[in-house]
Amino acid sequence: MTLTPQTVRALKALVFVAALIPLGRLATGVFFFPEWLGANPAEFITRSTGDWTLRFLLITLAVTPLRKLFGWHSLATFRRMLGLYAFFYGVVHLSSYVAFDHVFDVVEILKDIVKRPFITVGFTALVLMTPLAITSTNRMVQRLGAKRWLALHRLIYVIGPLGVLHFWWMVKRDITEPAIYAAILAVLLGYRVRAHLKDRRRRAKPARGAIAQPRPNA
Amino acid sequence: MLIKRPSDILPSEITPPEIYARRREFLQLAAAGSILGATGLLAPGAGAQTVKTLGLQRLENVAKSALSTNEKPTDYKHITSYNNYYEFGTEKEEPARYAKALKVRPWSVVVEGEVAKPRTFGIEELLKFPLEERIYRLRCVEAWSMVIPWIGFEFNRIAKLVEPTSKAKFVEFVTAYQPETMIGAKLPVLDWPYLEGLRIDEAMHPLTIMGVGLYGEVLPNQNGAPIRLVVPWKYGFKSGKSIVRIRFVEKQPKIAWERANPQEYGFYSNVNPDVDHPRWTQKKERRIPDFFANRQTVIFNGYGDQVAGLYAGMDLKKLY
Repeated sequence: MTLTPQTVRALKALVFVAALIPLGRLATGVFFFPEWLGANPAEFITRSTGDWTLRFLLITLAVTPLRKLFGWHSLATFRRMLGLYAFFYGVVHLSSYVAFDHVFDVVEILKDIVKRPFITVGFTALVLMTPLAITSTNRMVQRLGAKRWLALHRLIYVIGPLGVLHFWWMVKRDITEPAIYAAILAVLLGYRVRAHLKDRRRRAKPARGAIAQPRPNA
Repeated sequence: MLIKRPSDILPSEITPPEIYARRREFLQLAAAGSILGATGLLAPGAGAQTVKTLGLQRLENVAKSALSTNEKPTDYKHITSYNNYYEFGTEKEEPARYAKALKVRPWSVVVEGEVAKPRTFGIEELLKFPLEERIYRLRCVEAWSMVIPWIGFEFNRIAKLVEPTSKAKFVEFVTAYQPETMIGAKLPVLDWPYLEGLRIDEAMHPLTIMGVGLYGEVLPNQNGAPIRLVVPWKYGFKSGKSIVRIRFVEKQPKIAWERANPQEYGFYSNVNPDVDHPRWTQKKERRIPDFFANRQTVIFNGYGDQVAGLYAGMDLKKLY
């Protein structure tokens, strides 16, 4: 499936706007409809932006498997935007924790990061996302060279599990939701491990033609 | 000779400095309030306020209490839509949605164990106890807080009727377990039925009440209808909901959250800003529905004048 450049551009605009809907909903809640956010609006905002960070991370990680399995090669064009949205929601998530939970008390925040494992991993995940966001431009790809750029961006294989772990350790008792995220992540990463192993086996075995017996009449 | 006489005003009821500093805002608010009041949009008096409730059965002959705080009660809609009642789901808004199914009649509370006169009380009997409005602060272990105008009676009234023996050192509270109505109890999130417990002196303390109402009406199901425990100086989970059985026992009961996660929850669970929950600080709290968690949490949730004596000589960091 390959799309015309016009269609891709239109779809990109659509995805760009659609990805802002969760933020738009929160902002509308804050300014016009407080009942949307319930009794604890700050918690609602922190949870919701955290959820969307993880969702965008998983969607970004789903691009390559979907492209390869179904031949939807145009999906690759959306990957950067999706990844940047994961980072964007992560930043909003962190900001709401910094502002609402700690009212910008830097000392308390640092203590939290050091003392509480679920904060440590969540914070680490967001820190690791930062260089990926910075090097997301075409110019940066050129400057780094494709090989180094790719190596750097493999950090997402660490960021994804850290993000899910952050959610898992945050939950008090009912782990259903983080378990769902973990399962999806396992499938997406498992696909890559399998593809990698297959690839290695293929390379280890010299191409079939090379060791073929000479044909009788050659 | 110095005669020590308790002062008429409790230190905890003196205006906190941060509120005092904002007195002008309050005066402005009060002015706005009186205008609204004059137009009939806002009636004075905390519990008697014309609030939009669920319109449940009203409780009559409710006395006021000197043990009430004069802080502004949290909106009824917030108190009844943001609940931890895991038998009806672990999300805060789920109890309001699903607890309608809870069967609250017929209802009785069995009182047994180390008592001279074990007895079963029907809910109708319990609602005839002399009722008081107690406006209490509630501090959840999750670092949010509310001010709730409960209606209830002191637990010690039940105790007097059943006459605990000298062996009664603790009181265990067993909450309802209705697998057919409780959709959240289908998952083994906690050991069902949910168990709570208090030391006997904590239970007998005048602040410890059996709550039967909220904002002048009987309790909505999501808040622990038809009868629940309220212990205002402990984290909210200590105030077990929908009580069916009360046992006076000799040994310290193992409460539900202690069973689930002993590293994070202790038997006493007194509100204490100096003992962190392992996953978050307890120093501050967010008053629902505020955005900012900018209120200092006070030891014993501000009820230290009345209850600190119960814990004299105890290391509260170890016995959390």
